[in-house]
Amino acid sequence: MSDATLPSASAQEPRRSASRARGESPVVQVILIAVSLVFLLLFLLLPLVTVFVEAAAKGWEAYRAAITEPDAQAAIQLTLLVAAIAVPFNVIVGIAAAWAIAKFEFRGKDLLISLIDLPFSVSPVISGLVFVLLFGAQGYFGPWLQANDIKIVFALPGLILATVFVTFPFVARELIPHMQSLGSSDEEAALTLGASPWRVFFRVTLPNVKWSLFYGVLLCNARAMGEFGAVAVVSGKIRGLTNTMPLHIEILYNEYMGAAAFAVASLLAGLALVTLVLKTLLEWHYGDVISASRHH
Amino acid sequence: MSVAVTIETIEKRFENFPALRGVSLDIQPGELVALLGPSGSGKTTLLRLIAGLEEADRGRVLFGETDTRELSLRDRRIGFVFQQYALFKTMNVAENIAFGLKSRPRHERPSNDEIRKRVRDLLDLVQLPGLEKRYPSQLSGGQRQRVALARALAIEPRVLLLDEPFGALDAKVRKDLRAWLRELHGRTGHTTVFVTHDQEEALELADRVAILNEGRIEQVGSADDVYDHPATPFICEFLGEVNKLPVKVVGSQAFFGDRPVLGGLSQNQGGPASLYVRPQHLRIVDETPLALPGTVEHLRRNGPLRRAEVAVEGLKKRLEVDLASQVAPAIGERIRLRITHGNLFAAA
Amino acid sequence: MTAATTTFRWREPSILPGFGLALGITVTALSLIVLIPLAALFLKAASAGPADIWAVATSPRTLAALKLSFSAALFAALVNAVFGLILAWVLVRYDFPGRRLIDAAVDLPFALPTAVAGISLAAIYAPNGWVGSLLAPLAFKLTIPFTGLSLGFDGKVAYTPLGVMVALIFIGLPFVVRTVQPVLEELQSDVEEAAALLGASRSRTIFRVVLPQILPALMTGSILAFARAVGEYGSVIFIAGNVPMVSEIAPLLIVIRLEQFDYAGAAVVATMMLLISFALILTGNLIQARARRRFGDV
Repeated sequence: MSDATLPSASAQEPRRSASRARGESPVVQVILIAVSLVFLLLFLLLPLVTVFVEAAAKGWEAYRAAITEPDAQAAIQLTLLVAAIAVPFNVIVGIAAAWAIAKFEFRGKDLLISLIDLPFSVSPVISGLVFVLLFGAQGYFGPWLQANDIKIVFALPGLILATVFVTFPFVARELIPHMQSLGSSDEEAALTLGASPWRVFFRVTLPNVKWSLFYGVLLCNARAMGEFGAVAVVSGKIRGLTNTMPLHIEILYNEYMGAAAFAVASLLAGLALVTLVLKTLLEWHYGDVISASRHH
Repeated sequence: MSVAVTIETIEKRFENFPALRGVSLDIQPGELVALLGPSGSGKTTLLRLIAGLEEADRGRVLFGETDTRELSLRDRRIGFVFQQYALFKTMNVAENIAFGLKSRPRHERPSNDEIRKRVRDLLDLVQLPGLEKRYPSQLSGGQRQRVALARALAIEPRVLLLDEPFGALDAKVRKDLRAWLRELHGRTGHTTVFVTHDQEEALELADRVAILNEGRIEQVGSADDVYDHPATPFICEFLGEVNKLPVKVVGSQAFFGDRPVLGGLSQNQGGPASLYVRPQHLRIVDETPLALPGTVEHLRRNGPLRRAEVAVEGLKKRLEVDLASQVAPAIGERIRLRITHGNLFAAA
Repeated sequence: MTAATTTFRWREPSILPGFGLALGITVTALSLIVLIPLAALFLKAASAGPADIWAVATSPRTLAALKLSFSAALFAALVNAVFGLILAWVLVRYDFPGRRLIDAAVDLPFALPTAVAGISLAAIYAPNGWVGSLLAPLAFKLTIPFTGLSLGFDGKVAYTPLGVMVALIFIGLPFVVRTVQPVLEELQSDVEEAAALLGASRSRTIFRVVLPQILPALMTGSILAFARAVGEYGSVIFIAGNVPMVSEIAPLLIVIRLEQFDYAGAAVVATMMLLISFALILTGNLIQARARRRFGDV
């Protein structure tokens, strides 16, 4: 390296370089920035702001009533319950998948990674449909389930299955690249020092990947609580029983109770904002370890 | 003949870091000049300023009589070979080399046939005939470097600038390319400036070497000039291993303690000074008036040479002595050393 | 290939424990949650028999829904390719107040539940909404002479195919920005400097040197946005109006078939969508792999 190692003389620093040879004329820059801002305003910021404006349209009392009425409360509780089961399930499976894939070499690994990612490329509606085909009244296991009085579709198990399906890749996908980049030397060192396998996992592996795990959980949870298409298909939309928050919003909206729909929606929008803020903070502080996949 | 490039009292800061603090240099047509210095000395910044990739805070760069501030990057006609070559990886070798010619305004652009011929000639010149259709990712490091050079030469540059031209290559390829570049320069005669931190490379290749330190040029001269007559202690130390002795100059002699170690000095300034002596300028001698007694403490091999480390009373660091063809002393032996050549700098 | 005498080894030995347990959990969960249910879908679709599959697949309503889903998704992906590229460029190259905030906001469509986005977009673009009311006076109709073809905008976005596109643009934007952004960040500045010194104008440098290098990423990002848009449901149904043959998307048609207890019909439409999506994603991966092979680590 020559002078390029200096902090500001660096030729490696692509961002906003002072070099004369790069960069457009100020006019072009202003135009491009303006185009970006208008586009973002129209398509991203306006929808977000609208949620809160519409939610407040009928005043605080109406807002409070909309989110405290029994059906809304039931929807909130159901949403939390589904997430509380689906997210930990995916954490366990995600950690197991990352351990197998990142720490070992075996045949079919690439295929396994593709299959774990598969739910990302399946329409949410189809993610719900597959469970109706299996467990619905006319599904493959329908008659048997009916005979034994077990309800899956149009009940809590169906909601959980559909949610687990759509959020299946989130945790694994954050953990795999991070654990692969870390290698196995820490674990090997701990084993040679006599640590038991579980101790190695909880004291060495888990602390190493805790931020990418948290990142995965964050995204998994946001999707689990906000999922609409998949749960719409399996829920049957029984008020107070199988309605999650997004489904409750749909019903209110279709019944022309706009302000109430937006009131419940504002809770989910708040969750989205919290998720975004945490996600952004994580990226700023631990971007180097969780940058492997920032989308989905 | 006029000067090809004139650099006039250039100053350049990056935020709070002064990269260049008043640099002036004249480069003659056809000359091969090395900008030599350690990391952070400002040599790459100076090269980028000549190219027009950076703008000076103060001072100017002239090409002949033209102030370069009046010239667009295109009109400067600079052939620049980047450290990592900066080849366009979505274009093949021929497209890379032709890029500059095809970037010209339509009325100045050569015909396609002419461009094809030029590409072929340049590939012959850099000894890579027939590689037109290869992509940069399919070339070795040395080949990439030569394609980058051909691309820079294609626009018939006024000045050829090379940033650490051998920095990204392994030792063997470096040596080969160095000789080849020297030979190529002899043939084409382009005014050439290259940046390096490797003093051996600079001294071997360049007609003149400009040595930079902390944003200033400390000395400009031929390899022999700067090596034999370094202008500053920094240059003396930067250009190779050197022993440092605190001495006092009285009349025409330098004294280490009360012992005269070097005579025949022309300096008329007396007083404390530092004497810099290279390991090959110390000779084991029998008793003579100008000799330094010491004890051999360690013997080792340094490439083709044997080296003795000699402890001298009153000196913290052992002296490094090249033995060359001299008879090797034994460890623990008391010997006397005569300084055959040294550089004296008044103590600061 | 392993010789017949040596034992077939399907995993490299390792001193680390837990391979069997970890892989067992993974494969079991994957099979039960994802693979078997998807297999059931294909089985159900196949069980309909060729004549019924053909009838469902070629019914005008199915074709109209698939056509709308894919054409609206394609249009949205193209819009996102253009604006996503500009946005990524602005975020990577320029410094302006609020840049970090904007950068974070790009991920909003990933975080905001689709139903929330759906009702909000519907409210904004409805004829009496903030944007919809501004657009209403802009209605126009252009008839191309002699061809009889006409081009028009009746002033409505919500409850028309245009509304579908608006929702799909919303949902797809982050895919393009987040795929292009890292590639743009890693682009070495020396390549652009080299082009400028060789005499290229700024636009020639951008179109000949910079864009070709980010083209594979741009295509991948657009294909991801497209694939996501094809299957999108929640954000679309509120703004689409859901008029059969006009603004009814394919996922909605699946839901309708299901509500009519036409499981096979739903499965056939779903299978057609899935196969087309998989083919697209495969194409995206091939583009990336090809670019990498040819140009090195693009």
